[in-house]
Amino acid sequence: MPSEQLAPTRPGSPMGQSIPRREDARLLTGHGHYTADVNRPGQLYAVMVRSPHAHAHIRSIRTDAARAVAGVAAIYTGTDVAGRIAPIPTAWIPPGSDLAITDHPALADTTVRYVGDGVAMVVAESLDSAREARALIDVDYEPLGAVTSVADAMREGAPRVHEGVSQNVALHWRAGSDPSAVDHAMKTAEVVVRQAIVQQRLVPNPMEPRAAVAEFDAAAEALTLWVTSQNPHIHRLLVAGVLGLAEHRVRVIAQDVGGGFGSKIACYPDEVLVAFAARDLGRPVKWVEERREHFVATTHGRDHVDEVELAGRRDGTFTALRVRTRANLGAYLSTAGPGVPTILFGLITNGPYDIPLAATEVYGLYTHTTPVDAYRGAGRPEATFLIERLVDLFAREIGMDPVAVRSKNLVTEDRFPYTNAFGITYDSGRYHASLDRALEHLDLGAFRSEQAAAARHGRLLGLGVSTYVEMCGLGPSEVAGAVGFQGGLWEHALVRVLPTGKVMVMTGISPHGQGEETTFAQVVADRLGCALDDIEVMHGDTQLVSMGWGTYGSRSTAVGGGALSVALDRVVDKARKIAAHVLEADVEDLAFREGRFAVHGVPDRSVAFTDVALKAHLAWSLPEGVEPGLEAEASYNPSNFTYPFGTHMAVVEVDPDTGDINVQRYLAVDDCGPRINPLIVEGQVRGGIVQGIGQALWEGGAYDAQGQLLTGSLMDYALPKARWLPPIETDFTETPAPHNPLGVKGVGETGTIAATPTIVNAVMDALAPMGIHHLDMPLTPERVWRAIQDARTTAPAATGGMRS
Amino acid sequence: MTLGTFRYERPSSLDEAIRQAVEAPGARWLAGGMSLLPLMKMELAAPPALVDLAGVEDLVGVRERDDVLWVGAMTRHAELALHPLVARHASLLAAAASQVGDPQVRNRGTIGGSLAHADPAADLPAAVLALDATIQVASPRGRRGIPAGGFFLGPLMTALEPDEVIVAVTVPQRGARRQAYRKRPHPASGYAVVGIAASLRWEGDRVASAAVAVTGVADHAFRAQRTEALLTGEVLTDALLVEASGVVTDGQEVWGDLYASAEYRRHLAGVTTRQVLEHLRADG
Repeated sequence: MPSEQLAPTRPGSPMGQSIPRREDARLLTGHGHYTADVNRPGQLYAVMVRSPHAHAHIRSIRTDAARAVAGVAAIYTGTDVAGRIAPIPTAWIPPGSDLAITDHPALADTTVRYVGDGVAMVVAESLDSAREARALIDVDYEPLGAVTSVADAMREGAPRVHEGVSQNVALHWRAGSDPSAVDHAMKTAEVVVRQAIVQQRLVPNPMEPRAAVAEFDAAAEALTLWVTSQNPHIHRLLVAGVLGLAEHRVRVIAQDVGGGFGSKIACYPDEVLVAFAARDLGRPVKWVEERREHFVATTHGRDHVDEVELAGRRDGTFTALRVRTRANLGAYLSTAGPGVPTILFGLITNGPYDIPLAATEVYGLYTHTTPVDAYRGAGRPEATFLIERLVDLFAREIGMDPVAVRSKNLVTEDRFPYTNAFGITYDSGRYHASLDRALEHLDLGAFRSEQAAAARHGRLLGLGVSTYVEMCGLGPSEVAGAVGFQGGLWEHALVRVLPTGKVMVMTGISPHGQGEETTFAQVVADRLGCALDDIEVMHGDTQLVSMGWGTYGSRSTAVGGGALSVALDRVVDKARKIAAHVLEADVEDLAFREGRFAVHGVPDRSVAFTDVALKAHLAWSLPEGVEPGLEAEASYNPSNFTYPFGTHMAVVEVDPDTGDINVQRYLAVDDCGPRINPLIVEGQVRGGIVQGIGQALWEGGAYDAQGQLLTGSLMDYALPKARWLPPIETDFTETPAPHNPLGVKGVGETGTIAATPTIVNAVMDALAPMGIHHLDMPLTPERVWRAIQDARTTAPAATGGMRS
Repeated sequence: MTLGTFRYERPSSLDEAIRQAVEAPGARWLAGGMSLLPLMKMELAAPPALVDLAGVEDLVGVRERDDVLWVGAMTRHAELALHPLVARHASLLAAAASQVGDPQVRNRGTIGGSLAHADPAADLPAAVLALDATIQVASPRGRRGIPAGGFFLGPLMTALEPDEVIVAVTVPQRGARRQAYRKRPHPASGYAVVGIAASLRWEGDRVASAAVAVTGVADHAFRAQRTEALLTGEVLTDALLVEASGVVTDGQEVWGDLYASAEYRRHLAGVTTRQVLEHLRADG
């Protein structure tokens, strides 16, 4: 059914066409309207005073000199807002995790817990005045010992981040098979490979940093908040709650948002403080984050230490998997923070492989670092990295090619829907077809010959493979509740046809670079037979859009598109009734094609959809029981997640002299179901891959022992550059999701998920002849060079996977 | 990130510029602004006045004068990279300039600004060292030339007096030399993790004289004297190439950071020097 529905319903339909993004002309010519572009009459400017210490007591804060600066309207400290702003909540409480929920004050009261923790807010007539005053605020800190890594957080005597949280354990969560069964399988297996793996901290860097502008109408007791948000309705709920405002009098607007990658999901203290000040001072207040501020004040991603074991037989069959993870949550529980290293990670650590016994155990730990939350992929990149590294280690241990080992263990097509050891059900998949497609592009035998020939000249070539599956399209609301997400994950759409036949769509998703203003218009144009120009897709304003849960987890087209599709069905149904009335025919006798309703077999008895729209609004003559107007809304609650999958391959060369890694080829075969707009899909895939390679080779957020972020600017933190990468080759298979109306699976995160292990596996393949089997990321030249130096002086058998 | 408040002067002659700087104690010269403005935005510098040199004609242009190549202090990196006279007399200066920052920085940044800033990982200091260039400066007391070899004193420290402004860089024209600049940029900042500038004069298959300068590895750019001594008068055999490269950081306190430790930097300096010398040997 889904594939049937996605097939264009008329010749010339935009469905499946690579239409350039309609939003680009606006965004690329400087006509986007971002939060920083919002200016309200009489507005004040806010800047934040942030802690320079990772952990300290605040002895005193002297603000008198700052208050004397001309133009300063107010200075707020933690004491000033205590009791007036409720603690910033987390929205994810994984069941059975004993989540140690601690207060996250909007401004620190007596203790700061990370470099960047808010200490005070200055509000002034100009940004210059605010900054001048900020420089004069004198905070007397008593520095305390800090803990920044999960390796240290649980140690005896480690500094505590929060009173009463023993060993800094924020949560302890388990999932999967009976641990004793897994243990038994490990002990009795023919082969077990084990590896300790660090998945380093990443700093999300969307082009647009965060910003907020708040305006409070005292007479109406109504707040309008412009904020860089991926989910304005969630922001409305949380900001209203924290400030004690009535939800119906809070309007949140996130018009154009310049990227998020997960970092704009969370409700931060900053937007709450800005809204608070606007109400308190009776004037609009604006705050725009600086890039250096962004590095410490916006949530980070990843930061795991994992111990993983994969058991199996010498013929290559996997029998059991055990994952033990310590995940860094930072100093406070961010909005989705606790869910990322548990639910979004631990339920899919087996990847696309059929592993009968699998268990995940996670400690989520508090540290004196910037809070960690979702970052493109959120949990699933971490899961994929572990299993993909393990598969390669296993293959090496038994002397089988990693591609053959994958092929042997991939879930076969006849097993779908497939329920894994953690109890989640993969909707559909053709994993072997994907692997085969990739091998059509890259001749494995030819590469191995080339690799061997190169080795004879001292050159190190490597091939990396990753076969991945992702759980996304978040998600069934019943499941959201069962896994402790404090919200729904359904989606809403409204389709309004105006008297002229023009169409307005209001969607609850909140695209910020994903292109749904284009893809949703394609769906509408296909279904109603109108031109793209006749359609406007609106989002990002809680006053305009009834409800929605936002854009993240590759959910927008799978779930938001589902709601849109159902709403379109309802519009067509109503229009059909009116058309039947006009044509004096039975509803069942009408065909709707190319924007016209026609009586079967009598083509000249037809009426255009636009005429029906006009008649619906005029209401001069409507059929019995049909209300005037032509619009419909739908709330769509998916019955399952979606499970896109694919195969990525990379060829790299490592320079043994310097440790430099040169990515020579990158090939991606992805399956996100049918592609509404292949051009946009391509963009998502490529961008995701580059971000994933960024983690493998260049990016890493590092703290020193005192909790100072050593990579706190773009001069230190290396984002990928286009010239470092080869052209990315892409191909697609199309396996519809059987349970959503468009059959689409989502493609926003797949590239990031697949690319990181693909690259690392390729480098490890290149280094394998030297006895190097695992290195932690980022694979900087020095790290690789050192490993080569060490390998040359150490027996090869001493490194890498071990047999039990 | 916004700039604080400061006085802004835009003189049209060198004399006027020098006078304005005298009248505004603590004033800083503004050339391309590619280093100073970021420092001001980060609140690491807060000069009360900026004297913008962009309108000073005396500092512009590239000319042949007597026996030197005269490069005005306000010459932008992008211009250096493409100028035919620079290519003829100081090709490694063009090569170094073409690798500074990104296109935006190269279109704004100037040779005078880069040298005065004296970032220990900047590209141009190595280039002027290897070229035996002279930094021509002016002040209320008159003019003088500072040999590049005595110009760089430490991180962001030079032999410039506070009231001196760089007018030009002069490069001696000393006949045919093979020159090269090779750099390993930091993946985030683009600054040199290691940068090697070399200029060799050949007599037949022997190296008659050698100038090898290194940036990015110590607190300021320096000439690799042991390497130069080993090369001078010798045939550049594979063995000599390895030996001379291996001592390129000798006598220097090599520094390390998160991205590249001192040990690795020292290794990279050797590898990069070897690559440069191999290139110059093959380039005959």
